[in-house]
Amino acid sequence: MTALTDLGIAAIRNGVRDGDFSAREVAEAFNAAVAAAKPLNAFLVETPDHALAAADAADQARAAGETLRPMAGVPIGMKDLFCTKGVPTTAASHILEGFTPEYESTVSQNLWNAGAGMLGKLNLDQFAMGSSNETSYFGNVISPWRRNDGGNAPLAPGGSSGGSSSAVAARIAPGATGTDTGGSIRQPAAFVGISGIKPTYGRCSRWGTIAFASSLDQAGPMARDVRDCAIMLEAMAGFDAKDATSLDLPVPNWEGQLNASLAGKRVGIPKEYRVDGMPAEIEALWQQGIAWLKDAGAEIVDVSLPHTRYALPAYYIIAPAEASSNLARYDGVRYGLRDLPDGANLQEMYARTRAKGFGDEVKRRILIGTYVLSAGFYDAYYTQAQKVRTLIARDFERAWEVCDVLLTPTAPSAAFALGEKSADPLAMYLNDVFTVPSSLAGLPAMSVPGGVDASGLPLGLQVIGKPLDEQGVLNAALAIEERAGFTARPAKWW
Amino acid sequence: MADASTPFRIKGATGDWEVVIGLEVHAQVTSNAKLFSGAATTFGAEPNTQVSLVDAAMPGMLPVPNRECIRQAVRTGMAIDAQINKWSRFDRKNYFYADLPQGYQISQLYHPLVGEGAIEIEVGDDTKTIGVERIHVEQDAGKLMHDQHPTRSYVDLNRSGVALMEIVSRPDMRSPAEAGAYLTKLRSILRYVGSCDGNMDQGSMRADVNVSVRKPGEEFGTRTETKNVNSIRFVMQAIEHEAARQVDVLEAGGTIVQETRLFNPDSGTTRSMRSKEDAHDYRYFPDPDLLPLELDEAFLDECRASLPELPDVKRARYEGLGITPYNAQVLTAEVESARWFDALLDAGAKPAAAANWVTSELFGALNRLGKSIGESPVTPGQAAELLALVADGTLSGSLAKQVFEAMLETGDAPGKIVEERGLKQTSDTGAIEAVIAEVLAKNPGQLEQYRGGKVALFGFFVGQTMKAMGGKANPAVVNDLLKKALG
Repeated sequence: MTALTDLGIAAIRNGVRDGDFSAREVAEAFNAAVAAAKPLNAFLVETPDHALAAADAADQARAAGETLRPMAGVPIGMKDLFCTKGVPTTAASHILEGFTPEYESTVSQNLWNAGAGMLGKLNLDQFAMGSSNETSYFGNVISPWRRNDGGNAPLAPGGSSGGSSSAVAARIAPGATGTDTGGSIRQPAAFVGISGIKPTYGRCSRWGTIAFASSLDQAGPMARDVRDCAIMLEAMAGFDAKDATSLDLPVPNWEGQLNASLAGKRVGIPKEYRVDGMPAEIEALWQQGIAWLKDAGAEIVDVSLPHTRYALPAYYIIAPAEASSNLARYDGVRYGLRDLPDGANLQEMYARTRAKGFGDEVKRRILIGTYVLSAGFYDAYYTQAQKVRTLIARDFERAWEVCDVLLTPTAPSAAFALGEKSADPLAMYLNDVFTVPSSLAGLPAMSVPGGVDASGLPLGLQVIGKPLDEQGVLNAALAIEERAGFTARPAKWW
Repeated sequence: MADASTPFRIKGATGDWEVVIGLEVHAQVTSNAKLFSGAATTFGAEPNTQVSLVDAAMPGMLPVPNRECIRQAVRTGMAIDAQINKWSRFDRKNYFYADLPQGYQISQLYHPLVGEGAIEIEVGDDTKTIGVERIHVEQDAGKLMHDQHPTRSYVDLNRSGVALMEIVSRPDMRSPAEAGAYLTKLRSILRYVGSCDGNMDQGSMRADVNVSVRKPGEEFGTRTETKNVNSIRFVMQAIEHEAARQVDVLEAGGTIVQETRLFNPDSGTTRSMRSKEDAHDYRYFPDPDLLPLELDEAFLDECRASLPELPDVKRARYEGLGITPYNAQVLTAEVESARWFDALLDAGAKPAAAANWVTSELFGALNRLGKSIGESPVTPGQAAELLALVADGTLSGSLAKQVFEAMLETGDAPGKIVEERGLKQTSDTGAIEAVIAEVLAKNPGQLEQYRGGKVALFGFFVGQTMKAMGGKANPAVVNDLLKKALG
């Protein structure tokens, strides 16, 4: 018999509904798996009781003959960027160490309302700033994957949603929440061979999610396959009057309308999605992806997104600019860390608290953001970056005149070893080169596993869709998933 | 006083100096909730009892614009004939201070809600138009309390996030009196519109005062900005002092430093707070948590339709009703008086007589009682009834005064008082003739003298008759009947 922890979201939901097993059994199995996976460092806080309570509620509802809620009995991991009532929430930072919100984020509340339970809070790059999970104050997450070269170099799970990617890939959670500002769902999903979707900006409420860059931040699910992502995204999304940028639209039944046939659909292949030194295997996988989508009935069209190469520089102006302001509230006055030696004044308290409370990467981005917004530099940097952002959005709008979705690689490399890029921020930032443009344009985009490289490490393909067309993205990703037959999984070493 | 014929000048050793004044008024928007949160805005609440998670800038909290605050700012703009920008945007003004939980103030730098408008003021006999450059909406900060602990400061976030309108004038004022008139008029308009209660002592309205001096006809001088002055009198004092100080500096060969200054109400002087070199770099940028504010025609129509009659229009209308310009001005200066007077007219009072009565009798009585017109014991309906009793001859002027006093004491209607106290003036000719006959019979000597040509004694007979009637006889009827009786 398959271990319960090998089951994904749909399988657990169906099994609980059909009485194949109880939700409590599932929660207990995952709780045990979480407890046994400490070497991964994926969880910052474990909340087994939360998972059990949701499971018991599901079992009771079933016993009472009620219709089960969409994620009844499914335990998930919660990225520690979402505020959870009564459960410490730190954004993997020292400055928020010990902070316990008295409120629940809209996204997490939506999931609990859908019947899901929480296994715990997942590690991440500090304030979601990073691509390898190495910026967490609480130590980096380790990918469950190892290269097949016999070496045991610990690998990066991607970032910033590295705890989420690692937990799902290691099968200690059937699904997890992620947040994506410039690729923080898609790149880690690609690194560990799972699926993850960032919906259209505004689909998921940002209320109660610790902000990195407000105009870019979007929550989304990370799960084992496309169907699981569709189920979980349906639970997470929805209009929220408490977020002024929330889209006041009904949530589609994405799962119900999954369809891997792409007859009549046109898939655009943007020629600019190549970078120097990109491994041939990634180019080959991309070509394979094109063949799969053709096989699914799609027409393939070459498109150009001419401003793509300006996306990364623009992103690394806009996101730090917003972050420098968003993170000003962590000042030691009202909550979190305060460093106030005897005799220190207010300025000294700010300086010491923030120097001690923020990690290097967070400080770097606050400094960049403060610089680009400064008098005399604002027009040259921020205004210019906003113009680039508009041009990038226009590139996509033109592409939609000739195609329905775009297919690209998710990241320019497979997972790298921890420490390999942490000394070179620019090399690290390059990880986002394929994911950032769709973030700047607010478009739905998804990573789906396509295959493995010569080292046996997963590689992902990215599908980018029109605004609000998550369905088109999910369907194209499903067509890839069905043809890729991706079954590789990391051998348990933890 | 400054007027066109004798402009306000500071006499310096080197000649006359002209003062140039611009005002940035911060007016708290009248609204039950804050600009971006649902927290309450009641003045004087216990510290930190009107603070939402948003106001305290808890992690992950987001601002959501309060439509009512936007509406009030738009209505204010319409009241000064300003351009309303259908597309505006919120910007963040970034700086660190313990009373600013977010580390930034949400304001509008680049695209304010309201553009150019104007306010007409009067100083002496002259009228002058003061330009308003813009009105934008922004959040207020909290308040630090330094007197609660020997070594620590406390912070009260009740004000944090409260909606303010910043109303920025052009540098069009040339004397303290003009600045005072501008503030008085602006406050009056705000109170008519109902967008700000104008309570300067509660901090609902305060002004940043920009002052520079120049020789008449020369370019603008360097200005200083005196922050947060919270009464009209203090604004005028601050200008007097600051202008004189600048003249002294310039005439001593110095230069004016562009700086922020503070006003000390106890000494009436200003002192330097920080210079331009120490000025913050606020790193303004569009608030990414908020979408641009787009106003549709229906919303603007509703705002326009909801505007009351404004002071200038009302005043002209009163004058058209035959009310003296002076009374019209007095009655329209404060919205409460104007509303009370309108209610009086609605109850049928004759405008000119009613205006005289309100500005003399009513205001005099309220002043004596220490009550505002809102607390008047006499309602407009009762006053109209009283005035009607005078107009139809039921009450003489002196009886009316007695009745009014009784109304102030009891709050009763005049009809009731007249009835109960028998104060009704009589025009009953039979009764008056009987009394006249008695008076003539009792005073044969005076009668003889009168008939002998001493006609000045007519007044004596009037007085005797009125006295005998207890003051309740209609004086005109008494006159007529006496003339007949005296033949």
